[in-house]
Amino acid sequence: MHKRQRTLAGYLFITPQLIGLLAFSLFPVAYALVLSFMKWDGFGAKTFVGFANFSKQFHNPDFWMAMKNTVYYMILVIPVGIVISLLLAVALNNVKGKEIYRVFYFMPVVTSSVSIGVIWMWILNGDFGILNLLLSHIGIEGPKWLTDTNWVIPAIAILSIWWGLGNNMVIFLAGLQGISRSYYEAAEIDGANTFQKFWHITLPLLSPTTFFIAIMAIIGSFQVFDQAFVMTNGGPAKASYTLVYHIYQQGFIDFKMGESSATAMILFVIILFFTLIQFKMSKRWVHYGE
Amino acid sequence: MANNVVAAVEKNAIPVIETKVKKRVKPSQILIHIILTIGAIIMVFPFLWTVSSSLKDISQIFLVPPAWLPNPIKWSNYIDSLTAMPFGLAYWNSFYITAVVVLATLLTASMAAYAFAKIEFKGANFLFVLFLATMMVPKQVTMIPLYIIMGKIGWLDSHLSLIVPGALFNAFAVFLLRQFIMGIPKELEEAAIIDGAGYFKIYWSIILPLIRPSLAAVGIFVFLGSWNNFLDALIFLNTPQQFTVPLLLNTFKGLYVADWALMMAGTTISVIPVLIIYIFAQKQIIEGVTITGIK
Repeated sequence: MHKRQRTLAGYLFITPQLIGLLAFSLFPVAYALVLSFMKWDGFGAKTFVGFANFSKQFHNPDFWMAMKNTVYYMILVIPVGIVISLLLAVALNNVKGKEIYRVFYFMPVVTSSVSIGVIWMWILNGDFGILNLLLSHIGIEGPKWLTDTNWVIPAIAILSIWWGLGNNMVIFLAGLQGISRSYYEAAEIDGANTFQKFWHITLPLLSPTTFFIAIMAIIGSFQVFDQAFVMTNGGPAKASYTLVYHIYQQGFIDFKMGESSATAMILFVIILFFTLIQFKMSKRWVHYGE
Repeated sequence: MANNVVAAVEKNAIPVIETKVKKRVKPSQILIHIILTIGAIIMVFPFLWTVSSSLKDISQIFLVPPAWLPNPIKWSNYIDSLTAMPFGLAYWNSFYITAVVVLATLLTASMAAYAFAKIEFKGANFLFVLFLATMMVPKQVTMIPLYIIMGKIGWLDSHLSLIVPGALFNAFAVFLLRQFIMGIPKELEEAAIIDGAGYFKIYWSIILPLIRPSLAAVGIFVFLGSWNNFLDALIFLNTPQQFTVPLLLNTFKGLYVADWALMMAGTTISVIPVLIIYIFAQKQIIEGVTITGIK
């Protein structure tokens, strides 16, 4: 077929998504970038303010509060979430009834953030929540999870780990499928025990998967919002106020479109950084594999 | 409640142990099953506790020690929830928005994916890299501009604000489907070209049937994203008649925050239909998420 015909056909096929790309991604991103240099309440005139919206963020205690809470959440969720889902995947991989277990562990993944949030508001209720009632059985006086500034982020971390466990687990399971049995057979001949096989075969060969999950978890954690919005409105005393909450609050509550966009740009740069690391490293691992 | 737990344990453990006994059971295997079963109970317990609480009388819900099962069973919590908030309408809204988004995404994304994978046209590489690049943009960056755009074209508080962006832009779906289509051998199209088939014919009658499993996987992924989309609905929609299920539940929660039995009934209404679909289609859903997750 002719070259011109081919080009025409190509463009016809991509037209719907290309319109979407321009209208709902490229243009809004450019718009957000422009807004981040403007002072604007969403209605009146826009005034150019240079980097003021960015420098304001660095002097804004709310920004640092949001950053601190988000990073704290991340530090709690990621290592624990990854270790549990990895161990579960390894256990499931060698066990009969794997499919049945998988159904239960994956169940929260299909549930919406709002449903999860309301369910856990009740479980974590300080006075009548089932978690504290169960803890009191073993002689522990549980904290007032969602109304205690020290415990609200750990509380949200607990439910987020529960929520995301199944997702990470099935990705680990897929990674485990890719490890050849011959490695384990060779190790068994050498007399390796279960732990040695896990430590010297599973863990190293699974490291690209682990790395992928970790990066995705970092990116996801920087965007944590729904749980805090639904369960605590960022409280108490902004103790669960996250970076995305800060973007939402400035833009849709305080009508500071410029400052909100500047915060969004900072988030963008952070996520870009981690995505590029993932890109670079996955290329390297592919080469090692060959 | 306790019965349910026991039933869950029995369902899991007993057949497995029986089969193991024949081959002489390893103690380590039993230990793994015990740990996995306890884990499974922890995973499912919040749902069971929600359903149990949803059927309790207000006098029973604050009992210490807790009552595991509702007694008497108070079905009226469900009637009260359904009359307090238009859950039925929200279900219809969520359902048709998601259905349109899934079908339209599969069509537009597979078309673009086919062009990027099989038609060597001028500018294809550049445009594909552009698609890839937008995958790095977090949605919170475009949140304010999209809100302003939707306001300008009069789509605020309209479902179009959720449907059109979803249907016309999904770089991840384009990327995934392109990967799958690239795996289709060239010979198949070449034979069709010799028979005089055009690009559309090849796309429609050769490519689409061959990538049906991948379309299902991507469709499941898009379905979950659209059904559970909270942030966009929160920003774009205003009147309860327009609300999707997650947004309506959030409003419901705001109104009845101390009435836990009613809140759990509302939550159960929001969760159970999805979980029923999940139970029936769990294999496809889990595999779909796995495929989309590791690509």
